[in-house]
This record gives sequence, structure tokens and C-alpha cells, in this order.
Amino acid sequence: MRVRVNPIDCTAHGLCAELLPEWISLDEWGYPVIDEQVVPAQLVRNARRAAAACPTLALRLQQD
Amino acid sequence: MRLLTETGRSLAEHVATHGELRLGNRPALLDEVDRSGLLGRGGAGFPTGRKLRTVAAGSKAVVLGNGCEGEPASGKDHRLMQSHPHLVLDGLQTAAHAVGAREAHLAVHAGSSALAILGKALTERRDLVRTTLHEVPVRYVASEESALVNLVNTGLAKPTFTPPRPFEQGIGKRPTAINNVETLAHLGLIARHGAEWFRAVGDPDEPGTALVTVNGTVVEVPTGTPVRDLLGPLDDLQAVLVGGYFGTWIAAAQVHDLTLTHRDLRAAGGALGAGIVLSLPVGSCGLLETSRVATYLADQNAGQCGPCFNGLPAIAAAVRALALGPWHDGEMAHLDRWLGIVPGRGACRHPDGAVRFVLSALSVFANDVARHRSGHPCTGIRQPPVLPV
Repeated sequence: MRVRVNPIDCTAHGLCAELLPEWISLDEWGYPVIDEQVVPAQLVRNARRAAAACPTLALRLQQD
Repeated sequence: MRLLTETGRSLAEHVATHGELRLGNRPALLDEVDRSGLLGRGGAGFPTGRKLRTVAAGSKAVVLGNGCEGEPASGKDHRLMQSHPHLVLDGLQTAAHAVGAREAHLAVHAGSSALAILGKALTERRDLVRTTLHEVPVRYVASEESALVNLVNTGLAKPTFTPPRPFEQGIGKRPTAINNVETLAHLGLIARHGAEWFRAVGDPDEPGTALVTVNGTVVEVPTGTPVRDLLGPLDDLQAVLVGGYFGTWIAAAQVHDLTLTHRDLRAAGGALGAGIVLSLPVGSCGLLETSRVATYLADQNAGQCGPCFNGLPAIAAAVRALALGPWHDGEMAHLDRWLGIVPGRGACRHPDGAVRFVLSALSVFANDVARHRSGHPCTGIRQPPVLPV
């Protein structure tokens, strides 16, 4: 599973970086910079939580 | 000349020169297009036969001709539509037949004089498939494929987040074959004269002729033509920009035997793109030229994706400061970081192309970068602008 963001829907709330800091950081404008690799098993739970918490539903989990 | 003949615009003159367009059975046509080796002329250079086959495999396909020519330094598509509208319309019918489409669309920039010419040409024809003309707002990213599909679907010419790609789900969620108008013109001639005829000219791997815009002038040349044959004496030049603003700078000393092929230009770290060649004379400032284009590309963003609408203006401002001052050397670290984090984070490739363009300038004009950074005056900034925006 990988984390992706729909950059059109994303409005830089930044919750994702708080809930998944191991995988997502924010640029200086508040938009997520996401590690594109496969999410390790121990982070999958938090990744799901981050996707569910995104206020604009821009954060998505993509199955390989 | 295959496309830019002396023929007039009317259907009668067109048919007198090229003959009637007769479309045989679909499998034979697709085979012929595959064998011709035609590569798309919109920039990406994707094999047209493969694209048409993919769309033909879906149901209720649609075709769309892209005549928007978003690049300010390109004039070839406009020239083609303006002087040979029936070549383009023949190609659109050929593409429609190849994929089994019953619906054709043709997108042209709003305000273009080609609109009226194409509209008149359509009234002269008795096509099997009806063509709808679309006026596209004049903005760089409005002619991006997903933006054109979005325009036809919703009236809004902004890129969408893909996948699905248009060839999977495009107009009305149906598989959509989008082809550049020059590609279409070649397609109509391949339908008439066959693959062998098409391959008889140009580079064996990327055959045919191509329309190229050299410093604003449109010419038709065989693919594989040496880039330096299109230019004046190389000694008078600092660098050449091939592929337009989605392309890269190439130092004049590196032009050597480079030919107009995707193969050669990719190997040189560049891109053929839509066949745009611009030369920068000795004495002009490559950084200032790059700054002007970076500012233009930043202004042209669709305002949809944060990394693009924040990142490109920041990059453009930094390049401008580097070119014209005032420059604080701490800025270099910011610029480097932005150039690293902005690509790949937009819905379309607009930010990627803008960053590639700036990166190539910083590399090709490395000596100028060092001079500007150390605060030495550059006489080039007083030269008249070279690149059109």
C-alpha cells in the first residue's frame, strides 16, 4: 500500500503530517511531501487513520 | 514538402493535390499506421498506432484533435490549421475510423483565426463522423490532455487528477484518442499513401517529416535533420533551447551532430517536444531569459495544486533575483530545495516541466550563475528579450 494525495483537493490542513509524521512532512506552504515507497506494515494503521482524518478527503491509500 | 504544400485552403484544391480520402477496413488501417512508425507530434512522441489500438479496444470511443499549441514559441499547429485545414480534418476522420468513433472533437485556442477557417472547411465536407469545434482559453495548461477532456465534459479547461487517463476514460467517460493536429495531418496522408511512402523520408526509427518552429519560423523538415542545419553559425550562439518550455537548454558547444530525433535529444538530456528550436545569441543573458520564462510559467498555473501555485512563483522570483538582483546567497539553498520538492506533486506535469527548464538553465549557464552570485555585473541583461512569452 502507498499513500497518495490528490493535489487538487488538498488544501493544506496538515492533519496527515501530524498523524503520520514518519511518512509525511509538510513543505513551507503546508502541503504534504509524501514518501512514495510502500508503507511498512507497522504504519498501515496510522496511514488509514490519516486518510480518514483528511478534511477534504484528498489523502488516499493505493493498493499495489 | 508533404504538409506545407503550396495548395490553397479549399476542399477542391486540397483534393486536387492529395487525392480523395478513402478509408478502407479498420484492421488494415491500424496495421498501416503501426507500420508507418508515426510518433505523436504534440510533444511526447508516443507511437500513434499503439494509442489508436488501445482506444479502439474500448467501446464507444471518441477522438479529439488538439490544436491548442500551448507553447508560446511554437507556431506549427496554427500554421497547419490556417493553411491546410482539410489535412487536419482528414486526419481526424481517419483517427475516428481507426478507433470506431462516431464523435469527433477539435480543440483550438479561443480567438485563433484558425477557428473560422476550420469552421468554413467543415461546411465544405461530407464527413461520416461529425466534428465539434471547441474554443479553449489561452492558458498554458488548458491544452494539457486532461484539461481538454475536462473542458468538453464540464466547460472547465483545467487539468484533473489522473488516472484514469483520457485513453481509458475521457470524454463522457469513454475511451478518448487525443492527437495533436500535425499527427492527424500525417495520419490522413498515411491512409492515402501507405506506411512505405511515409517511411521513405526521415530517420528510420522516427520516420516522416516534422513541422519545426525555429525562432518563430515554421519549417517542414525530415526527422533526423541535424539541429545545426536549422541554425545560423554556431559560433554566434551560446545555447539552444530545444523542445520549448518543457524542454531543456543545450550549450552551443554540445549541439555537434545532434539530430532532430527523440533518441538524440533524450540522450543529450533534452527533449524534442513539439519541435521547437530557439537559439540564444552570444551576449544575451541566459539567466534573465530563463527568469522571464519561469515567471510566465508560474503565471500560467491553473491555481489548483498547492505545490505548483506556491512553488513556481517562489522559484521564478528566486531566478529573477539571481538574474537581476538583489541577491542574497542564502537564497540558493531555498531555490535548490524548491527545485527538488516541487516536481511530481501537481495533478498535471506543468510544475515538472517548469522545474526541468530551470534546472537545465542552472546547469548550462553555470558560469553565469557563478558570476551573478558573486555580484559581478552582467551586460547581457541590457540585451533585448529573445524568448517569446
